[in-house]
Amino acid sequence: MRASTFRARLMTMLPVAPPFLWIALFLFAPYCLLFCYSFWSVNEFQIIQRHITLANYLHLLTTPLYLTVILRSLRIAFSVVVLSLLLGYPLAYFLAFHAGRHRHLLYQAVIVPLWVSYLVRAYAWKVIFGNEGVLNTLLLWLHATQHPLGFLLYSPFAVIVTLTHIYVPFVVLPVVASLEKIPRELLESSSDLGARPWQTFLRVVLPLSLPGVISGATFAFLLSFGDFLAPLLLGGPSSVMIANVVANLFGADYNWPLGAAVAVVILLIVVAILSVTQRLERRWRTA
Amino acid sequence: MEDSVTAHRRPVALSSFAACAYAFLYLPIAVLILYSLNRDGVGGFPPRHLTLDWYAMLFSDFAMWNAVGNSAIVAIAAVALSMLIGFPAAYTLDRYDFPGKAAFQRLILLPLIVPGVITGISLLLLAVGSGLRLSLLTVILGHATALTAVATTEIFAGFSKLDRSLEEASADLGANAWQTLWRITLPLLRTSLIGTALLVFTLSMDEIAVTFFLIGRENTLPLEIWSRLRRGATPEMNAISTLIFLFSVAMIFVSQRLIGRGQGGEQTAALSEALVTGAAE
Repeated sequence: MRASTFRARLMTMLPVAPPFLWIALFLFAPYCLLFCYSFWSVNEFQIIQRHITLANYLHLLTTPLYLTVILRSLRIAFSVVVLSLLLGYPLAYFLAFHAGRHRHLLYQAVIVPLWVSYLVRAYAWKVIFGNEGVLNTLLLWLHATQHPLGFLLYSPFAVIVTLTHIYVPFVVLPVVASLEKIPRELLESSSDLGARPWQTFLRVVLPLSLPGVISGATFAFLLSFGDFLAPLLLGGPSSVMIANVVANLFGADYNWPLGAAVAVVILLIVVAILSVTQRLERRWRTA
Repeated sequence: MEDSVTAHRRPVALSSFAACAYAFLYLPIAVLILYSLNRDGVGGFPPRHLTLDWYAMLFSDFAMWNAVGNSAIVAIAAVALSMLIGFPAAYTLDRYDFPGKAAFQRLILLPLIVPGVITGISLLLLAVGSGLRLSLLTVILGHATALTAVATTEIFAGFSKLDRSLEEASADLGANAWQTLWRITLPLLRTSLIGTALLVFTLSMDEIAVTFFLIGRENTLPLEIWSRLRRGATPEMNAISTLIFLFSVAMIFVSQRLIGRGQGGEQTAALSEALVTGAAE
């Protein structure tokens, strides 16, 4: 009897094993290694020294450049979230309440760009924004400007527009989901009780859709914050983001321990933002 | 009186705003496609002399097709691995309660929300630490790790739509756990699993942030494009991007059909919510 219950228990634990081992080996161990590296250093011959030191973190704290870049990344991510919400919330509202017969197709039309190649979409904006790009030559052709507008490419502007384009679907989908959860009777009773449409929206719809807004905004914020490809492709020196610093330290600048320390800082910021939004969400739900 | 809430009437302002949002999502790609046919190259308005020359050039570009082959190898292996890990992970999350379940879920979904650069370099450190030389193998491991999160959530969505009574009936009729899994659960999940596999395949074909740090000598397709883009955009890049776009759209559309069966993509929203709120309870 006892042997068979043991076997039964073993059977139930069996499916946990492969994902658990995978996580341990390819997520947990690499993060631990990252953490270790951040306390090591390189000597003048660029050989890694495995003595524990706080030098990397001290360097990060005492060099204002890093703080500047982190703040810039947060600012860019924040702009992306604001633009994504301004564009995405009305779209989600439209999909949830007014899309009509073609609702399904219109919904799919938001999901597809969610998954479609990052590279293709970022490249499309390079084609549009370039000095010889479509937008500038269009403006010249229309005689709207005499000279190509240089600020379009290689600027934070280009990075923000591109990242907004890429992460809007991440905002739309959770907002649609939370809007659809709102019982229609609630909207009807609100208008029966004499509320104007905008009052219904502000007092009923908006508060009830906030969980979706929060999770979508968190996604867009964190993914934009850690992006390094859009700045490389479309940004100039004025739009270097913190993930670019990591990529450089692991590439041409070759200082892995310092790069690891920057990565740990990014990871801490990500975790901090996640836990704040989680708390916000939970409080909202219980309120 | 007339402006009381009616879900049936379409507000013009909102509809036109939605049209603009769709334009923002799709117009850049339309421009990209149009200029893949422009003889005078990337940019220049208006586009003149439409031609297929750039596609012809692309088809005789050996390095590019070699990269496509590498990407296909990586994607197939990444699909196999992420399904093998994602299925039991989704099964576990759906069926069992155990201490640390929330942490387990959080960890396995982490690559969805942690920037690719972190996943990339931490796996690079693991590869270097274990003496593994950078090659397509390390890329495969990176993709599998990053995409298991997607596979798990999509399969989990399939599980939560499953009609459990059939499995109970199977158990009542004397089938053991494996027989029920093999004869009832898997067939019921078939379309959802195929859809997930297609999605993971497409994402792997497109992956660039993690690959960036794990690539050896052999380039995958996105990395090949990336390294050429650094030298400057060419219409050939437009042509290959157009093909990638069309391929991805077709694959994703089919995959969402299979996964969602009419309510496509709800799971994607549920996924992000679950991740942010940690709500597996």
